[in-house]
Amino acid sequence: MTTSVTVSRIRRRQIAQLIANGMRLDGRGLTEYREIKIERGLIERAEGSAKVSLGRTIVLVGVKVGVGEPYSDRPNEGVLTVNSELVPLASPEFEAGPPGEESIELARVVDRGIRESKSIALEELCIIPGKKVFIIFVDVYVLNHDGNLIDASAMAALAALLNTKIFNYEVEDGEVKIKPGFKPLPVKDYPIAVTLAEIDGKLVVDPWLDEEEVMNARITFAFDKEGRICAIQKGGSGFFTKEQVLEAMRIAREKAAELRKLVVEG
Amino acid sequence: MTQRVYEKLIDEEGKRVDGREWNELRPIKIEVGVLNNADGSAYIEQGKNKILAAVYGPREAHPRHLTLPDRALLRCRYHMAPFSVEERKSPAPSRREIELSKVIREALEPAIFLEHYPRTAIDLFIEILQADGGTRCAGITVASLALADAGIPMRDLVVACAAGKVGDRIVLDLNDVEDKEGEADVPIAFMPNLNAVTLLQMDGTLTPEEFEQAVNLAIEGCRQIYKMQKDALKARYLAIKKEVEEQ
Repeated sequence: MTTSVTVSRIRRRQIAQLIANGMRLDGRGLTEYREIKIERGLIERAEGSAKVSLGRTIVLVGVKVGVGEPYSDRPNEGVLTVNSELVPLASPEFEAGPPGEESIELARVVDRGIRESKSIALEELCIIPGKKVFIIFVDVYVLNHDGNLIDASAMAALAALLNTKIFNYEVEDGEVKIKPGFKPLPVKDYPIAVTLAEIDGKLVVDPWLDEEEVMNARITFAFDKEGRICAIQKGGSGFFTKEQVLEAMRIAREKAAELRKLVVEG
Repeated sequence: MTQRVYEKLIDEEGKRVDGREWNELRPIKIEVGVLNNADGSAYIEQGKNKILAAVYGPREAHPRHLTLPDRALLRCRYHMAPFSVEERKSPAPSRREIELSKVIREALEPAIFLEHYPRTAIDLFIEILQADGGTRCAGITVASLALADAGIPMRDLVVACAAGKVGDRIVLDLNDVEDKEGEADVPIAFMPNLNAVTLLQMDGTLTPEEFEQAVNLAIEGCRQIYKMQKDALKARYLAIKKEVEEQ
């Protein structure tokens, strides 16, 4: 299989023709994910971590917990920050340097799912109101790019948060003192992102790299555990009809429930 | 401007904080051809939003290695003025602005015949002079007019509008307070003649049924603004016609 992201016209046509007949080049059905593998807690130095393989896409997420100042408009809440790194070892297309728009978009879509589903009980992460709170740093590290980074990253982020522990502490004279022992990070909801690509009028879930090259546009829906939508992002320079948007939402909602079982129940 | 704290986002009579009905747009004023140097430009006021868009190009792309052999490169910069929001915003592009620049570009790309101008660049600048919620949508609405004013051939005008959930109601065109205090915000960009959704985002939480309502309402809002867009464009052409005839 090719590692180049330029897809020849013949291959482009082949991908589109197969999809028109309900098939895909890698043998999957249109609404079938690639094989998903999840490894948890593999980085001991991080308070939480997980590695997700989605076919040949590999994403590692590390969660670090720090203590810092809350946002001035939310003095009683912990802080969540999501960052992503498209490191050059992951793809011939990635270059070192400050984060580009791809990487910023990836981090912000993962962030939106976690934040809007109120997955982390941030109000339980306040240490001294207005002064000291826990800061949860979620760092998405892409190790091999073979398409659909959003879904892989969102799953890895959730899996990592689910095994994140925060240290015990006591407050002495306004200072935070670390005490032995840990407790789990309060995770209340399990947001799952599902991405679909539009190729020649058809919708396919979990596009791999060649399909991303061929697709007109993609759309990501994140769902909370109640099946409510908690984030949406359309990407790519094509468009969806209104009917396609609603169909994509229905497919995504079904797939999200399946994926959630894998991530949460493991 | 100091922010008022509202007890209820929808009052007993179903009116919103600014007195609007659930399906009512804010007052909109659009003007096309407002800047001399730019190849195309437009200005919009939507509620307290005040936004300028300018287009340069198609022109030679710099740096040249970015050029595409088969189509024009569309570049988009969504930028907020430091004085456009309550607390001064650093003029350096934030992560939010970088993301919005990307999704706005991808909302406009499907409309433009980029393949007519290979090896060139079309630069689009959107400056938010004052922000009042829904700036990405108003920015897209005004940007597609600036593109049209620059004479760039397009499949349709792109028009954008948000719907969302505020105080348990699905409402149209959220303002700043509703955006911040409300339960969900769904911005949509649309090409009415092609039934094409070119931007779709959401934050907050909605059930699938609420989402469908919001999409329908936002598209209805888009259709209303689309008329104003076309009127603004016609007004510009009539002004040019008059100028020519007077000479």
